[in-house]
Amino acid sequence: MNMNQEIKELKENELISNVSRLFKEGYRLVQISCSKSDKLQLDYSFDKEYFLLNLRLFLSLENPEVQSITDIYWSAFTYENELHDLFGIHVREINVDFKGNFYRIQEDAPFLNSDSIQHGGKE
Amino acid sequence: MASRTIIPFGPQHPVLPEPIHLDLVIEDEKVIEAVPSFGFVHRGLELLVGKKDFHQMVYIAERICGICSMIHGMGICYGIEHIMKIDVPERAKYLRVIWSEMSRIHSHLLWLGLAADAAGYESLFMHCWRIREKLLEIIEATTGGRVIFGVCKVGGTRRDIANSDIHGILITLKDIEKDYQNISKVFRDDYTINHRFSNVGFLSKKDAFELGAVGPTLRASGVSVDMRKTGYSAYRHLEFEALTENSEDCYGRCMVRVREIFQSFNLIYQAAEKLPNGPVDIKVTGNPEGEYFTRLEQPRGEVVYYIKGNGTQNLERFRARTPTFANIGPLVRMLSGCDLADVPVIVLSIDPCISCAER
Repeated sequence: MNMNQEIKELKENELISNVSRLFKEGYRLVQISCSKSDKLQLDYSFDKEYFLLNLRLFLSLENPEVQSITDIYWSAFTYENELHDLFGIHVREINVDFKGNFYRIQEDAPFLNSDSIQHGGKE
Repeated sequence: MASRTIIPFGPQHPVLPEPIHLDLVIEDEKVIEAVPSFGFVHRGLELLVGKKDFHQMVYIAERICGICSMIHGMGICYGIEHIMKIDVPERAKYLRVIWSEMSRIHSHLLWLGLAADAAGYESLFMHCWRIREKLLEIIEATTGGRVIFGVCKVGGTRRDIANSDIHGILITLKDIEKDYQNISKVFRDDYTINHRFSNVGFLSKKDAFELGAVGPTLRASGVSVDMRKTGYSAYRHLEFEALTENSEDCYGRCMVRVREIFQSFNLIYQAAEKLPNGPVDIKVTGNPEGEYFTRLEQPRGEVVYYIKGNGTQNLERFRARTPTFANIGPLVRMLSGCDLADVPVIVLSIDPCISCAER
């Protein structure tokens, strides 16, 4: 399978400069996702000529916060509102902030508070 | 300055088979801004990784959506197979392509029917779905299901198509293609359809790329990106090009789908001709440990799965970024500045699948 991909770990304060660089280099924003373990793992995925570059950063489970990239990639507001609604991550300076109403769900941050997402049982 | 009014669009609307809500800020008859919101059918399927083992998660993934079920199942299988370094038998790879392309044809025919209905062509709508029904019969005969195929599994496929049956299937497909040829002419040449879809829902090449559009929405703006070109499954052995249009409007998105149906027929013929003999699955032992991003081409565009295994039967994380979710930003941009009367056509033009977007 020809699916080239790379994961690059960053610190939170390096995110914006790296995303800006990728925008200038002609990368397309593919997705932003979050995974919970003992920390929150954020993956920002970008594509250029079928090469997938993932910028990864980790946030603590308590009061997770990250800077928005919507100044660079305008349409990232969907992913960032999803991060807020499902994982309770506060995204600073997001261009279209739904303030928790992007997904009309009953529970706040269900993916952050659920234990079922991590460490499945049987060996 | 004219006064501004907010008009709620959806979650119930004739062009929306599934619920999404848009607040349309209008000035006279022009849409100034569209603010989307979701969550009416959010199911939290991704959380089931803690309760279902990785084999069962294939069934869950297929149920993300009733139209793209085959490729959802295939996507999670690919990710797990890559992590576990499983080499799927060649015959299974070709069968996956055949079923994927059947899935694409039936999805596009469904959309063309809805588009015809939105343009006021009820008989054309019925013809599209009549043809689609014939294809669903082949899918049912070969997989046992009409929309949820259930044929993909980690390590290959659950079913085979006998070589003796392939010939008959190809004859039926050629009949369907001939029938479709007549219908496609209406979409291509009819004045009313052309007039209804052209210069509506404009999305420039630059915007389509920068806003992260995918699938026919991206390709209709002249950007040649099709994940099948990465060569996953047996696509590397087949000849095809990513189909693009340059009109950057709803008509372009319609034409990409019209042409992709012919391309899918062709890919099925190629795959059937090259279908190797041999087993369709291999035994899978052990549990996945590692992570992988899988990207495939759904009928609506690029889909991304992030799969992370921790050595147990349960995945640690399964995340699906579906094409409709990626096309929401571009949709909002298309709606800004359009006429209120064009909103239904523009929303329809991205082929919205809300059950995919909400997972």
